[in-house]
Amino acid sequence: MNAYRLLGAGIGCAALLWAAAASATEKPEDNYRTYCVQCHGLQGDGKGINVRDMSVQPRDHTDAKEMAARSDEDLFKAIKEGGVAINKSMLMPGWADVLSDEEIRGLVAYLRELCQCTHGK
Amino acid sequence: MKRLKLTIRSVAGAALFGIVLGGSVAIAADGEQLLTSQCAGCHNLTGPAPATLQALRDRKGPDLFYAGNKYKAAWVEQWLQKPQSIRPAGMFYGAHIKPGPKGDEIDAATLTQHPALKADEAQAVTAALMQRKAGSELIAPGAYTPGTISLSTGEMMFDKFRGCLACHEIEPGYGGRSGPEVYTAGARLQEDYLISYLRSPQAWDPKTFMPNKHLSGADLQKFVHYMRLLSEEGQP
Ligand code: HEC
Ligand code: HEC
Ligand code: HEC
Repeated sequence: MNAYRLLGAGIGCAALLWAAAASATEKPEDNYRTYCVQCHGLQGDGKGINVRDMSVQPRDHTDAKEMAARSDEDLFKAIKEGGVAINKSMLMPGWADVLSDEEIRGLVAYLRELCQCTHGK
Repeated sequence: MKRLKLTIRSVAGAALFGIVLGGSVAIAADGEQLLTSQCAGCHNLTGPAPATLQALRDRKGPDLFYAGNKYKAAWVEQWLQKPQSIRPAGMFYGAHIKPGPKGDEIDAATLTQHPALKADEAQAVTAALMQRKAGSELIAPGAYTPGTISLSTGEMMFDKFRGCLACHEIEPGYGGRSGPEVYTAGARLQEDYLISYLRSPQAWDPKTFMPNKHLSGADLQKFVHYMRLLSEEGQP
């Protein structure tokens, strides 16, 4: 009886862990291609299919000079909470409802690859 | 709530019984049959919504397992007989774009025409679709209170204040193109569903690329007024 209960609890835990792992982490590039390319473009140059009628153009993520001027914390904050959180346009949405902190950190690293830059250089 | 569920169950039960008896509800049976044979290849009729990006990208048509909570039946029946594009860049825009000289472009050659149904088929299929009521717990019946808004205030909210225009067209050829056109949303979608969806798109579709804009209760109402107004404007 007890053994059964234990077994049941074990399976329950495993199922929970599995579900968490399954929904938690997607690859940064896949997240970028799903959530960001619509505005920031296939090449990350800010020329997505949505930009035609946008009053503020999306940041060119390949622009090393502009991107080097931002700290990783600012990039993280902009992605998580939206442009407004770093005094930028609210046309840049926040993604906290679909991306975990870990995934957002992955995206910050991915942006650093796109611009081939780090903060300050 | 419980009472509602019970009613639905007994209605479904009665329908099944009718089918067994071969009565007048046989129409519903044809609808189900059409759905499984002609629609299930592209539409998810049983749930759940995509839980991974792979599943999101592979989705060939909108999920229909909560159609009865989402669409206006009259619109579905009409649209199925004369389907017209709703999403300028298809289901997943990423599969229908290519780089161009001035930036990304929609690759129109990859978009296909939706199959059309005859009037009696459309009627039967619509009845079967409206039975699909997953997600009822996310909807508060009567959440929307009819009211008015001016076109200019609505557009100001949709564009300047909330940035929705970035992804949605408010008239053909004006606005963003990764999301569905919204100038027909008021005709297509139930008001209480709109309130629920706009409050949390992720509650319906966890991986969707429509962001949660954390709208206030008052804004939710105003956006639905605006969508209804846009749809009325669009009528010839
Ligand atoms: C609806 C269109 C849209 C989408 C979708 C979008 N962005 Fe943006 N993004 C913008 C706009 C517009 C700006 C420019 C804001 C400004 O300059 O005021 C911006 C700016 C940014 C910035 C700030 C750069 C700076 O100047 O400091 C980062 C970082 C960023 N986006 C990352 C992302 C990532 C990562 C995603 C996907 C998870 C994404 N964006 C999705 C429109 C969008
Ligand atoms: C080849 C794939 C395919 C098949 C087969 C198909 N659909 Fe669709 N369906 C789609 C796509 C893609 C859309 C989105 C169209 C758009 O946004 O322009 C769609 C849209 C719809 C819509 C509108 C829903 C919305 O939110 O936009 C309904 C209703 C619908 N389909 C019902 C059906 C029914 C009923 C059948 C079977 C008779 C069917 N479909 C067969 C791909 C398909
Ligand atoms: C980053 C792009 C983006 C932004 C910004 C955005 N949406 Fe969406 N929206 C989408 C996508 C993608 C969908 C779902 C597409 C689907 O179901 O196929 C959607 C769905 C919708 C729907 C349901 C439409 C339907 O036909 O099922 C409504 C209504 C809507 N959005 C309104 C809004 C409002 C209001 C705002 C601003 C507060 C907004 N959207 C901001 C991308 C966006």
